[in-house]
Amino acid sequence: MSADLSRRRFLKVLAGSAGALVVGLPLAEARADDAPLPPGLLGDDYRSLGAFVRIDADGAVLIGTRDPETGTGGATAVARIIADELDADWQRVAVLPLGLGVQNRDGQPAWTYGHQRGGAGETVPAAWADLRQAGALARWLLLQAAARQLGVPADQLRAQSGLVIAPDGRRLGYGALAAAAAKVAPPPAPVPVKQPERYALIGQPAGDADARAIVTGQLRFASDHRFAEELVAVLSHCPWPDGTLAAIDTAATLAVKGVVKVVQLRPEPSQPLGQTVLAPAVAVLAEDTWAALQGRDKLKLDWKPGPSGGENSADLEQQAVALLDDKTAAAVRVRNDGDVDAAGKKAARRLEASYVLPWLAHATPEPMNCLVRLEKDRATLVVPTQAPQQAWTVVRRLTGLAPEQIRIQVPRVGGGYGRRLDHDYVAEAVLLAQAAGRPVRLLWTRGEDLAHDVYRPGSAHKISAVVDRKRNVIAWTQRTASASALARRGVPDDRLWTSEVAADQLPAGLVPSYRSDWCALQSAIPRGAQRGMPHLSNAFAVESFVDELAHAMKEDPLDTRLRLLGEPRQVALGDGHVLDTGRLLNVLRLVADRIGWKQNWLHSVNGLGLACWRIGDAYVAHAIEAALDGNDLRIRRAVCAVDVGRVINPTGLEGQVAGATLDALGTALNLGVTFKDGRIQQHSYRDYPLAGMAQLPREVEVIVVPGENLPPSGASFLAMPTAAPALANAVFRVSAVRVRRLPLMRELLRML
Amino acid sequence: MAQAQGVPAEPAGRIVPEPVRAGIELEINGERYRHTGDPSMPLLWYLRDVLRLTGTKYGGDHSGADLVLVDGKAVPALAQPMAALAGRRVVTVEGLAGADGSLHPLQQAFVDEDAIGCGYCTPGWLIAGVELLNRKPRPSDEDIDQLPVLCRCGCHARVRRAIKRAANGGKA
Repeated sequence: MSADLSRRRFLKVLAGSAGALVVGLPLAEARADDAPLPPGLLGDDYRSLGAFVRIDADGAVLIGTRDPETGTGGATAVARIIADELDADWQRVAVLPLGLGVQNRDGQPAWTYGHQRGGAGETVPAAWADLRQAGALARWLLLQAAARQLGVPADQLRAQSGLVIAPDGRRLGYGALAAAAAKVAPPPAPVPVKQPERYALIGQPAGDADARAIVTGQLRFASDHRFAEELVAVLSHCPWPDGTLAAIDTAATLAVKGVVKVVQLRPEPSQPLGQTVLAPAVAVLAEDTWAALQGRDKLKLDWKPGPSGGENSADLEQQAVALLDDKTAAAVRVRNDGDVDAAGKKAARRLEASYVLPWLAHATPEPMNCLVRLEKDRATLVVPTQAPQQAWTVVRRLTGLAPEQIRIQVPRVGGGYGRRLDHDYVAEAVLLAQAAGRPVRLLWTRGEDLAHDVYRPGSAHKISAVVDRKRNVIAWTQRTASASALARRGVPDDRLWTSEVAADQLPAGLVPSYRSDWCALQSAIPRGAQRGMPHLSNAFAVESFVDELAHAMKEDPLDTRLRLLGEPRQVALGDGHVLDTGRLLNVLRLVADRIGWKQNWLHSVNGLGLACWRIGDAYVAHAIEAALDGNDLRIRRAVCAVDVGRVINPTGLEGQVAGATLDALGTALNLGVTFKDGRIQQHSYRDYPLAGMAQLPREVEVIVVPGENLPPSGASFLAMPTAAPALANAVFRVSAVRVRRLPLMRELLRML
Repeated sequence: MAQAQGVPAEPAGRIVPEPVRAGIELEINGERYRHTGDPSMPLLWYLRDVLRLTGTKYGGDHSGADLVLVDGKAVPALAQPMAALAGRRVVTVEGLAGADGSLHPLQQAFVDEDAIGCGYCTPGWLIAGVELLNRKPRPSDEDIDQLPVLCRCGCHARVRRAIKRAANGGKA
């Protein structure tokens, strides 16, 4: 890729005046400085060096990571990739977020580090493509410096764990070599990266690089940062995105000690969703959080609904179901292989079922917040964002500052799940700082967070399949209806389906005739990206339906799946996507074997369920064992197998797979957002009950397929899609209740 | 002004008598403090805004991210008005490690098990887990099931392992 090559070309070597070696991408401003700051004095200014790697004279290694860390382990994995190429001593490595890298190129932004996005499954694959070079270059420079110092050719030296070792056993630490290495002329061509047999860190387990800071409470999330002279802002949003403020009385609020100001905010209708305020809001600005919250409680606000005040989630669901049943309804044809209509005429058997998925909130542990300081020629922000470049766009538009005058720090983020790809809260904070003339620390309360989200839209899925006499699925028709998460974001109408359904999702490519249609629903409730979408909802429908097919044919669902997948082979799905049925079969067999499928499926008093899926080049399967005691559903076992290609950090991967499994199970069991008269009905964790320990399996048995021959894939949400259908399939076995609507517990208790 | 409220109270035993000062005296992580602001202010904001002890997080009611130990009991700091804390001993996540920086066995177990997702709810898990271990050094799975912390990253299984590891003297 050209971006990788250009980045390699621009890797720079800098000398720190206290003998540090820096390999990275110097910012325009850093170049303009008279002299680099001594590393010991760099403090928080290490960012100005744009460093990917810095080696200090004392041997300490600092690795900067460009993508926001939202808890997916990306920062640790990327640092290990770089540190391995460097042959660094991991004990001496500190990992720090670089924040946004932006320079001014004729008034336009030039992104110093290329694409910066976290929690979207891109961090590790992107780093694999380009950041190994930063570590390799630093190692090469250190070896050259050592060669001169030891009088031994560099190719006879070896690097290991922060040391350069000569054939005669002499050793030099990286710290002692850093100053000299910074003076070595970099090579004209990229340095070759390591051969896999030399990996020392890649593939080895490591805990999160921030673990110690987190368990001691020292790690500062964005909401833990402070600016001098700041005001704290809390908000009361209008229940309707298109509503209006008919009356406001702020007297009691302004009488609260510490309250400074009340400011009204309105969405800018010309702006795409996510780049402006989500709904009209009244902000209370105060000297501290408690004063702001008390002031907010005393606001007297009379909000009037807009047109969305007539919306009900129950009505929308009925519309969706009606659309699916109406074959003449307008629909986008997402995929059309073969001829499903012709195949239907020679049907031995036809099966049809519909599934309904609820709206979902993000419920990030750290609520939306943003710290802003505006000066005449500078904006400084601390933002929990997954996409700092999009945050920059919002700040730029609202302030008119030059590209490099906007500084965005992104400390570790308290959960993203797609919510922080949008920056309505950044717009709010900037507008409030402008209104207040002081730095502002915006904090959303949980109630605001749940009731004013960019929700995962609910959806309905109707699937019908035609099976021939040999039990082969010869035709598959899927119709999906939802309100696109891409609406009001400048996406053309004919691409709105892409957030709702994947054109190459299972079983596309496996059945001769396959058709997928998507029907658009309209809604004013804001919608956006969600962890694991669109796979999360589609896998539930598809993998539940495969299980229904098996039961309709009175056979073991594992056998049905094996027949559907067929022989191990590469199936071209179009647009360069390939389904490797061998890899999918493998993860499926692994979970089936681990849970003892063949021995237990028919005979266990508990229910067993299976599901498998593909996301990009990664494969996943779940096997779940569920027990029912009266109305009490217990998930006894959860087994998940993944094939992500090369594994960078097995500990991190296992954590992501187990975590996504538990998140998906908890979500499937309990969670749904509803709205009545246009108002969201969930305002606290009482209404939106994330599953606690007692509802979840005690362990997740994670099986990782070794994949040394393939580049690494992102894995943070890979285990989301299959957990819920495997659970629903297990629930069917144990209860004879087929749950076709989530959340599962409500539906199960209704049908038991 | 907010800063001034955060200064540790004077050590006892001064010779010159001082006038009786208003305020709520309490102990936080072994240090004595006097809160002279609004008595109805929840402990969470006193910790975060006044003392700048930001390890205890805001996650909303029932999130568990704001758990602290008050006289050894894990309670949400959001639901504790300062007025109720006179003379109480509060321990936050910052107070779990030893004075020499040595980690509490449960903190070490969280590191060893990598029981961390985004890390935002981790202080809550630690406080809840420490209370449980103090109450019941060998907690059962059912005991662990009751921990009142919400987590979207899905760290539950690793948290469970970490608590068992700490209960087992640091061994998995």
